[in-house]
Amino acid sequence: MNEQAIKDLLYKLADDQLILGHRNSEWTGFGPILEEDIAFSSMAQDKIGHSLAFYTLLQELGESDPDTVAFTRNANQFHNSQLVEQPNGEYDFSLIRHFLYDNAEIIRFEMLSQSSYEPIAKVATKLKGEVKYHVLHANTWIKNLGTSTEEAILRLQSSLNEALPYALGMFETSKYEQELIEAGIYAGEEAVKTEWLKRIQAVIEKTDLKLPDLESIKPKYGGRYGEHTEHLQPLLDEMAEVFKIDPTAEW
Amino acid sequence: MLTKEHILTLLEEVKDPEIPVLSLVDLGVITGVEISEEGHVTVNMTPTFAGCPAMDYMKKDVERTLVKHGIPNYTVNMTFDNPWDSNKLSEKGRQHLKEFGLAPPPKYDLILDLDILEHVACPYCDSEDTTLRTPFGPTLCRSMHYCNTCKQMFEQFKPL
Repeated sequence: MNEQAIKDLLYKLADDQLILGHRNSEWTGFGPILEEDIAFSSMAQDKIGHSLAFYTLLQELGESDPDTVAFTRNANQFHNSQLVEQPNGEYDFSLIRHFLYDNAEIIRFEMLSQSSYEPIAKVATKLKGEVKYHVLHANTWIKNLGTSTEEAILRLQSSLNEALPYALGMFETSKYEQELIEAGIYAGEEAVKTEWLKRIQAVIEKTDLKLPDLESIKPKYGGRYGEHTEHLQPLLDEMAEVFKIDPTAEW
Repeated sequence: MLTKEHILTLLEEVKDPEIPVLSLVDLGVITGVEISEEGHVTVNMTPTFAGCPAMDYMKKDVERTLVKHGIPNYTVNMTFDNPWDSNKLSEKGRQHLKEFGLAPPPKYDLILDLDILEHVACPYCDSEDTTLRTPFGPTLCRSMHYCNTCKQMFEQFKPL
């Protein structure tokens, strides 16, 4: 088994969770209503907990400890998709991103719970149950707001159009893709994307939103290979601010 | 001579820090106790939610309790080997939750569907005419509901 292939997969999963967890946490104290403030804060807590589970598996494969990995790398060492590092924007953008991301994430975890690599299968089996609540939350709000006022529908549609190129970037293939698929470790990005399209389409059909023709959209790739937008490094600097004052501090 | 039953009885003392009526044994986060021939005690635990900040505290509480009862040789492992789900809550635990004013999670068979998440009996008046307000409550393991009969908000320990 090529350990590099497994590490690449784990970094991608962990980094997506960590970065989106931090973006979600930025809603704490700023949510449009109290319940949404709490929802995004709770999802932040879940996602950062999930990233810890994956960084722990990386540590078992010889990488540094989770705090060091999370707080000392530069942007070009992160494997998250560019979707998760985008600034929160208005609530409509955060909601659309949450909808597009979490619907893909649950499929990843469902598929990974069948992985031939047992440590990943165990973690994914645990996490998929938790993400069910994130998907329920996203789908409920998209259905409610996507059938409500003209302004809500216009805003969501505009955010959907803006987020889609980045969302398609989530499915950028790894250079180890074929190897992982053949070893039964991961079903692969194409399989995840096909199922994702079906699920988001089913929700969007119940609203007044329209899914643009995805064939005509150029995906924003690069994130999985360390190429990021200008938004990631400032986020990492802020995340690591306290850790870097004294990396050896006991908490 | 130490027995598994004895250790489990001791661990009944350890309560969920946020739900003090619920022991870790009834919560189902203690997934196994092993005692070696030399008397080394191994306790396996699994988190309810992966990001639950109370898990570290609970692990230390288990360690403190073992020491307090004169068990110096122990290992407490936190693993996902036997992942937690809400069916692991004991009947006693469910009863305690309800008395505490928290709706216990319904037991489900294999598949946890949306119907189970959305329709919960009110812990105050037992009405089933309730509405899920948000799956995210004051802690990761609780959701918020409204009872259309007695007109009260209530929390549920989420099914997982």
